[in-house]
Amino acid sequence: MKTFRIGGVHPAENKLSAAEPIKIADLPKIAVFPMGQHIGAPAKPIVKKGDKVKVGQMIAEAGGFVSAPIFSSVSGTVLKVDTVVDASGYAKPAVYITVEGDEWDEAIDRSDKLVTLKDKPELTGKEIIEKIQKAGIVGMGGACFPCHVKLMPPPGSKPEWVIINAVECEPYLTADHRLMLEKADQILVGVSLLMKAANVNKGYIGIESNKPDAIKLMQEKVSAYPNIEVVPLKVKYPQGGEKQLIDAVVGRQVPAPPALPVSVGAIIQNVGTAYAVYEAVMKNKPLFERVVTVTGKSLKQPSNFLTRMGTPMSQLIDACGGLPEDTGKVIGGGPMMGKALMNIEVPICKGSSGVLIMNDKEARRGEPQPCIRCAKCVGACPMGLEPYLLATCSGKGMWEKVEAEDITSCIECGSCQFTCPSNRPMLDLIRLGKSTVMGIIRARNAKK
Amino acid sequence: MANKLIVSLSPHVHSNDTVQKNMYGVCIALLPALVCSFVIFGVGAITVTAVSVASCVFFEWAINKYLLKNDKPTVTDGSAILTGLLLAFNVPSNLPLWIMIVGALFAIGVVKMTFGGLGCNLFNPALAGRAFLLISFPVQMTTWPVPMQGFGTYLDAETAATPLSIMKAAVKAGDASILEQSPNAMDMLVGKTGGCLGEVSALAIIVGLIFMLAKKIITWHIPVSIIVTVFVFSGLMNLANPVYASPVVELLSGGLLLGAVFMATDYVTSPMSKKGQLIYGVAIGFLTVVIRTFGAYPEGMSFAILIMNAFTPLINNYCKPKRFGEVVK
Repeated sequence: MKTFRIGGVHPAENKLSAAEPIKIADLPKIAVFPMGQHIGAPAKPIVKKGDKVKVGQMIAEAGGFVSAPIFSSVSGTVLKVDTVVDASGYAKPAVYITVEGDEWDEAIDRSDKLVTLKDKPELTGKEIIEKIQKAGIVGMGGACFPCHVKLMPPPGSKPEWVIINAVECEPYLTADHRLMLEKADQILVGVSLLMKAANVNKGYIGIESNKPDAIKLMQEKVSAYPNIEVVPLKVKYPQGGEKQLIDAVVGRQVPAPPALPVSVGAIIQNVGTAYAVYEAVMKNKPLFERVVTVTGKSLKQPSNFLTRMGTPMSQLIDACGGLPEDTGKVIGGGPMMGKALMNIEVPICKGSSGVLIMNDKEARRGEPQPCIRCAKCVGACPMGLEPYLLATCSGKGMWEKVEAEDITSCIECGSCQFTCPSNRPMLDLIRLGKSTVMGIIRARNAKK
Repeated sequence: MANKLIVSLSPHVHSNDTVQKNMYGVCIALLPALVCSFVIFGVGAITVTAVSVASCVFFEWAINKYLLKNDKPTVTDGSAILTGLLLAFNVPSNLPLWIMIVGALFAIGVVKMTFGGLGCNLFNPALAGRAFLLISFPVQMTTWPVPMQGFGTYLDAETAATPLSIMKAAVKAGDASILEQSPNAMDMLVGKTGGCLGEVSALAIIVGLIFMLAKKIITWHIPVSIIVTVFVFSGLMNLANPVYASPVVELLSGGLLLGAVFMATDYVTSPMSKKGQLIYGVAIGFLTVVIRTFGAYPEGMSFAILIMNAFTPLINNYCKPKRFGEVVK
């Protein structure tokens, strides 16, 4: 079975909610929409206090090319345009909407009928990209890179494949898994739309072998699409990393930055993104809801919810039986790369794939011990770096040294720290080094 | 509740691997060799090992407490126990106990703690301790007890020839027929031969190797590269001139397997990248055969590893792992 070639680890999978069908989450009382939900310029609010909005109405426009508009997920009245503390821990501009009823924009097709490319043969690639851009679709795996930007590669690069990331290599998370089981047809239409938009003839769907039911279902459904292939992958973290997935599926390695995946011919989109593309292009439905896994060993009922954006995480946790007594940490995302939250009122955003509750014991790090130079971090690093060296030199402020040792190639997957028998906070130090070096590089380039 | 949440950076989970698990894992892997040694050399093997382990642990504890005034005692991490075991495995089972204690003081006090304790030492403490003892007490360190003399024969003055001394004699005399005095390969495999306490049974060491590989404590790179290099290099020499022992005898004799499996693979003093580990292993194998054949001492393994320990920082500096995307296929 295929996998990526360098490094990797295998954390306990803990997919507690894999058998839980997607439930529709209740509407929030007040929905909050941060303006910076994606990589790139924050969106600009176009509503003001007292405005009436419908479900699916644009409330903020894109702040530039690398940006995405934001749509209301609820109907009601704009309460205020203020700030909210989001998953990053910083206060960000946000629109608050008081929910009244559930009145949808008439343009949205709410029927269950499957619309395929055969029903709309007149659609061109350009039109698809336009619709994706207007629907505010960003990468739904967590990085939130605006989808349309990836589909318009810089001149000189020629995309050959669309690779759908259905790996879900983060432990605990099952949102993509459930989506594939319940919306396979729509996803495949979404994939063919992405392929048409990128003007490529081959699509791959990479799924890890710990989801045999999803692999089987997708393989059955894919027989109607001769250009799409399902690729079962060996379970290994971080296979969902863009570069690792390309290596695993087509065996090409993206060179160090500034090279992009499209430099080797690949465009990667998350399986959730493919579904959102289907809804946007075929159903006129902008991106305002997504599947969120709410999970944790102490949680009464780990679940998967179809959630409107702006819903506070606390509401989803309550729907799973409430925050357990022994909670130590609440994580937005998965345990390997998610962000620990300071409060649970943080709203669900476009990139919120999960809410993970860890009990106090799990949440605490072990006591760091001296590095015994076991080289396990070197073996685990999927980018072929030397984490022990980068961490130590970053801690000592040796920025030139860490730059020469390719610290900017680090994808911050956490495999080094996960595997370290001495519990050393390696990734903390590497992040410090990486962000400092990136700043130095920016300053150097600005001077030129 | 909200104000009590723990906030830290990812990753939020850990493999639950610890320093202790690795150190005690190696100790467990050494047990078969210790049992074999008890069967072959009797109670002396156990006495010498116990004294070595106890003095290593004591010296580390005492240096931490009274010299370094370190609040966090490091003896619980298992590395001092491991050093004690390995040091004992590298001496004859009839070594006077006071010499054993001096060796432990040198290994822990000078080679390990002077450089900053666990993770900071440049040389393998057990091997440096052995080299120190070999130079300081050459007679006691090369008085080999006769194997299979029953269990109660500690401090037996009788001396046995070791396969290595026979090999050396053959090279010196230029007479291949001397090699016929060497024990047969089967005896060497199970350990019915003279030699250091822990090195005689090749079989027990291979069991330990398999255990460590299965537990992912070490990778194959260092032991395999050493063994292959010794086999190929000594094989070529044997083909050129039968005065040099056959590669099988080279592999099974002396501390070769013990060194390749337990000494050269020491985390702290071996290179970090796979490429570096292969270079390190090949160099150790080559140096071992060179010292054994042309050097003054019959055994070259410990010196070869110590020499390569000194090169480890250099190897780390030049042998980088292959970066992702370095070669675009």
